[in-house]
Amino acid sequence: MKPQTAGNQPAVPGSERTRLAASGARAVTLAQLSHQPRGDRLRGTIFMTLILFAVSLALIGLVAIIVQAAVKGAPAFSTDLITNGPSTINPEQSGFRPALLGTLYLIIGVIVLVVPLGISAAVYLEEYADGTRWWNRLIELNVQNLAGVPSIIYGILGLAFIVRGPLDLGFILAAGSMTLALLVLPTVILASREAIRAVPPSIREGSLALGATQWQTIRRQVLPAAIPGVVTGVILAISRAIGETAPLLLVGAATFVTFSPTFFGDNGYTALPVLIFNYAARPQDEFRVLAAAGVILMLIVLLAMNSFAIWLRNRYEQQW
Amino acid sequence: MSEKLEERAPEENADHAGLSQKIAVRETTPSDVDPWAGDRVFELNNVSVSYGSSLAVNDVSMQIQKNEVTALIGPSGCGKSTLLRCLNRMNDLIPAARVNGEVLYHGQDLYGSKVDPVQVRKLIGMVFQKPNPFPKSIFDNVAFGPRILGLGNVEDRVEKALRGAALWDEVKDRLDDNAYGMSGGQQQRLCIARTMAVDPEVILMDEPCSALDPISTAKIEDLMNELKEQFSIVIVTHNMQQAARVSDKTAFLIVEMDAAEGNRWGQLVEYDETDRIFTNPQDGRTEDYVTGKVG
Ligand SMILES: Nc1ncnc2c1ncn2[C@@H]1O[C@H](COP(=O)(O)OP(=O)(O)OP(=O)(O)O)[C@@H](O)[C@H]1O
Ligand SMILES: [Mg+2]
Repeated sequence: MKPQTAGNQPAVPGSERTRLAASGARAVTLAQLSHQPRGDRLRGTIFMTLILFAVSLALIGLVAIIVQAAVKGAPAFSTDLITNGPSTINPEQSGFRPALLGTLYLIIGVIVLVVPLGISAAVYLEEYADGTRWWNRLIELNVQNLAGVPSIIYGILGLAFIVRGPLDLGFILAAGSMTLALLVLPTVILASREAIRAVPPSIREGSLALGATQWQTIRRQVLPAAIPGVVTGVILAISRAIGETAPLLLVGAATFVTFSPTFFGDNGYTALPVLIFNYAARPQDEFRVLAAAGVILMLIVLLAMNSFAIWLRNRYEQQW
Repeated sequence: MSEKLEERAPEENADHAGLSQKIAVRETTPSDVDPWAGDRVFELNNVSVSYGSSLAVNDVSMQIQKNEVTALIGPSGCGKSTLLRCLNRMNDLIPAARVNGEVLYHGQDLYGSKVDPVQVRKLIGMVFQKPNPFPKSIFDNVAFGPRILGLGNVEDRVEKALRGAALWDEVKDRLDDNAYGMSGGQQQRLCIARTMAVDPEVILMDEPCSALDPISTAKIEDLMNELKEQFSIVIVTHNMQQAARVSDKTAFLIVEMDAAEGNRWGQLVEYDETDRIFTNPQDGRTEDYVTGKVG
């Protein structure tokens, strides 16, 4: 100890006693800090093991599928895979071109439909709707439940109302887009609401206090701040739509299509998962290999999209 | 009027030293003779505010003078913020809030059927307790108001407002930086600048310094003394010294309780010149509060 500081301390007689008391208090504190009942520690360890077990089970399953598909599909990895269409005459050179394009077009259609609808619905529910009114509660409840409805139901809906029924569009790609859009709309609405709700009320108040109207506040403050969250939600919803097969089978994507699709042409269209399904069901071994390669192709597309969503979320993380 | 004059005169002589600072400020304003003679910005007549069925502020009547700083003080929950938010219809944003009585702004009822709350807020700006810059650049924060209101010369306005808020020198080289990179005190001055940029007539401030350190607080207090030449300011504060330092008039509110019903509401106890509230309050409860005996 430095003499200067020591000089500042009043030299109290009997300081030995205070020193002892202080060290006693330190010991008590140490005991409080280090004490942990053995039962607690054991329970902690067991719980941790269970969690690790569950996580590795999920991971092992996933890795096994990917490895199996990669190994089986390896012979088919070539540019043919994306540049060629399916052909029964020479299966070795078959590819996924129409399916890739079909999926791309489907997704473009879904984005065009779902972004404006989803954001508008979310803005209405978050910013305008009076949550105490029964109809708003009904809408909210519906949106939440619709997000959990099995996709085949949407396929039936699309078949009955879009392909046939009132809209009567026939088995065209746009009908597939509309069906998928309906399927992911609830997810997009929920994600957008989440993002809008995350914008703190103080931002809205600050804007309104300047004489901005409610719409100006939403348009110029709330939505720009919510965009990263909304886009992330849209991308995740789209990756779900990419993987959907069942509803597409119902609205006309089941055909073995050899040419590139168009939005409104009625000579058939297909999508990645549908063609994989089609290939996998064929007896020739070449097609089975193609199916496995298609799985990997689809995984790459999905991973790319999800990584983009994650990057976006981190890039625009808000500071409030 | 003459009565008040007579009342004031001996007092100023008696306590001249303590008031000299106040008087020095007041000499420049026309209300030197009669503190209530200047233009009135607001006149509150029997204003009560309730949230749903529970009364928050009861029966407040007071006038707020132009180009002065008016302080609202009182214990927590006495309805200072509630009362302040009545003055630019921010209470409209809370669906449960109801305002009864009359809030006159230059003689016009702010709650009249033809009045658009958006227009009200253009004229009567507000600075909040917690700095709430927009998640945008410093420049865009200040430019937001002029842009949406379609005011011209956005760049000049931004510079003028930032100078007015004593912030220009600190930020002029980083106008494009995000406002969240500023210190809390700078953020609050940015919020003041943002409000000034749309040329309001009144600025309402709800505990603008409560989240700030003493130096930033002093800066904002200095600022208020300058701002009142241009604007009328109503400030809510928990800090007695602050009220004494910056304000010309002070209103003291108290929490009134109905023990039988278990209701609590805010009540205006006394409203007067700040000097009188702090040196010669008429009500015993005011004296207890400003001398720190309660609250
Ligand atoms: N949004 C609201 N909904 C319901 N009651 C509210 C709301 N805001 C305030 N109150 C109630 O109104 C009363 C006055 O609140 P107010 O915030 O105006 O007090 P205050 O004087 O500003 O307090 P503080 O000094 O703590 O900020 C309180 O009893 C409070 O519970
Ligand atoms: Mg308050």
